[in-house]
Amino acid sequence: MGSTIIVNDLRKHYGQVHAVDGVSFSVEEGEFFGILGPNGAGKTTTLEIVEGLRQADSGTVEVLGERPWPRNHKLLTRIGVQLQATSFFERLTAREQIRTFASLYGTAPKKADEMLATVGLEDKADTPAEKLSGGQAQRLSIACALVHDPDIVFLDEPSAALDPQARRNLWDLLRRLNEGGRTVVLTTHYMDEAESLCDRVAIMDQGRILESGPPAALVRGLDAVTRISLETGTISVAKAAELASPDDVIDDDGVSLTIATRTPAVVLTALAERRLLTGLQVRGATLEDVFLNLTGREYRA
Amino acid sequence: MTAFQSLSRAMLFGYLRDKSALFFSILFPLMFLVLFGGVFTGSGVSKSQVVQVGAVPVLDRAAGELGDVLEIKKSNDLAAAQDEVKKGDSVAVVTQQGDALRLYFSAADQVRAATVQGVFRQIVTQANSVGVPQKYTLATQQAEDDSLEVIQYVTPGLLSWAIAMGAAFGAAATLVTWREKRILRRLRLAPVGTGSIVGARVLVSVVIALIQMAIFLSVASLPFFGLQLADAWWMAIPLIIAGTLTFMAIGMVAGGLAKSAEAAAGISNLIVLPMAFLSGSFIPLDSAPGWLQTLSNVFPLKHLNQGMVDVMVRGQGALTALPELGIVLAFGLVIGLIAVKIFRWDSI
Ligand SMILES: Nc1ncnc2c1ncn2[C@@H]1O[C@H](COP(=O)(O)OP(=O)(O)OP(=O)(O)O)[C@@H](O)[C@H]1O
Ligand SMILES: [Mg+2]
Repeated sequence: MGSTIIVNDLRKHYGQVHAVDGVSFSVEEGEFFGILGPNGAGKTTTLEIVEGLRQADSGTVEVLGERPWPRNHKLLTRIGVQLQATSFFERLTAREQIRTFASLYGTAPKKADEMLATVGLEDKADTPAEKLSGGQAQRLSIACALVHDPDIVFLDEPSAALDPQARRNLWDLLRRLNEGGRTVVLTTHYMDEAESLCDRVAIMDQGRILESGPPAALVRGLDAVTRISLETGTISVAKAAELASPDDVIDDDGVSLTIATRTPAVVLTALAERRLLTGLQVRGATLEDVFLNLTGREYRA
Repeated sequence: MTAFQSLSRAMLFGYLRDKSALFFSILFPLMFLVLFGGVFTGSGVSKSQVVQVGAVPVLDRAAGELGDVLEIKKSNDLAAAQDEVKKGDSVAVVTQQGDALRLYFSAADQVRAATVQGVFRQIVTQANSVGVPQKYTLATQQAEDDSLEVIQYVTPGLLSWAIAMGAAFGAAATLVTWREKRILRRLRLAPVGTGSIVGARVLVSVVIALIQMAIFLSVASLPFFGLQLADAWWMAIPLIIAGTLTFMAIGMVAGGLAKSAEAAAGISNLIVLPMAFLSGSFIPLDSAPGWLQTLSNVFPLKHLNQGMVDVMVRGQGALTALPELGIVLAFGLVIGLIAVKIFRWDSI
């Protein structure tokens, strides 16, 4: 199956800032692709070049076999975009907003109303967009991006400003979309979001893609430690050192004692035999560790 | 609904729900109309007062019968008396030199003007019937040459200004806020042509201008203001449409240059307000210095104004406004091309 999006050696700079500095990736049809990275990594710039909103300094982009820049009408009906900053018509209610967008694509008003319900905004249908809360506006913006059933959906930090419940609902919605065969590309700050939703993620920092692949593979490929923590006082640091392997790191911050180990099974068995499991927590590697490993910096979303 | 229709709808709702836009395009100019038209014309004369300058023996003889029709006021200053007539404080000025009577009348109030001329014709006829060889003559002359009564002048002028301001502000503000609020960016990703976006805005502006016109003319025609529309007044409609296009283009240029909605409003104000003064929208240019009258020709508003006054109140034929219509459109075309050149989808 062909790639829906092919990006090759994309570059874009603003003055001295290399916002996008040689980015290449491709997205398969029906894939759920995530771009993960801290503020200023270049996610929005990359995404907007792919959508055809900004012109790259160099490099090529192909979406559904077409070039998005300059404005390409063949693509416009087939992509749905939620921009990072919400954008609405002035003084129109939520229902009027989405119906207006729907009609731009020749979509029936009924479909627009359904979409509004899907994102849980029926009771806000008559509220002017300016008076929606941040999360409600975000949901409306996503609904407007999806209303015309696009083949590819681009979402720039869709879960920003959403409460945990709305975030879960959004995840469900996006999974359903993706299962229906649509290609979804999103950017996010949240490692857990990327791990939970994406078939593949690209980890981006300072305009470059540091690593990309399925989240599980990235985590597995990492020579990462497992952190086992116990309530302080359950076991002394010296005792813990005895039952751990020589190169494990033990740390006690006064609340919990943490053993960072590459042989979690051995340590856990030893602890269980001694019935020293008070407050036990085991945390495997996450994308956060991948990021830390790649950049040497803590992830600061 | 097509993209064009739904964008027009979105813009119209956006406008109608914007209290300050409604105020500035409709209520504010109406306040001026009430001020100019109401305050300055309210001072009507009850009895027809005629100013007699110097000795007018014929009138003295007829004074007895005239008492209840005309009120005679004596004066020695012809210029001052004529001014009084122009302002509408008196109906006419009469002078007599030898056998020749001269009557300067104001055409502002047509009924009074006719009455006073009739009365004087009668006086002269009577005087002549006494002395057998007819010797007295009566010459009548309109005191205002071709100037007009306040409401007649103020209505087309203020209407032109209101339309210029509404179109320029509307276009500038929509463009800038749509750009700043990134709605233009978002529309760029939707399958709509620039033509639909601009076309929708044009349609909405023209509709607003025609609403402004309807409200203006209804208010000015109330008996209190007493606007009398000339036969070819409908020619004001194409003039207004042309003016809307031209001033939208000006607003688009302002919106293209401005970084914020406030700046866009400021720039359009800076252009339209001085232009309104210099084009004679508020005060007639008839008595302005010659250089100013010449200068005023470089402003599209002057031509819009001129065309509107000609067809709405001066009673000129519809065709006489065609040159002005052409000039306004030519301005619009040139400014429109500039606007297209500096159009930006977003501020990035
Ligand atoms: N229009 C612009 N003008 C100047 N600099 C820009 C512009 N757009 C982006 N940049 C710069 O490019 C870099 C990347 O910005 P971008 O918006 O792509 O980051 P991001 O990964 O989306 O960040 P965030 O997570 O905060 O949304 C930043 O340093 C930013 O300052
Ligand atoms: Mg961003």
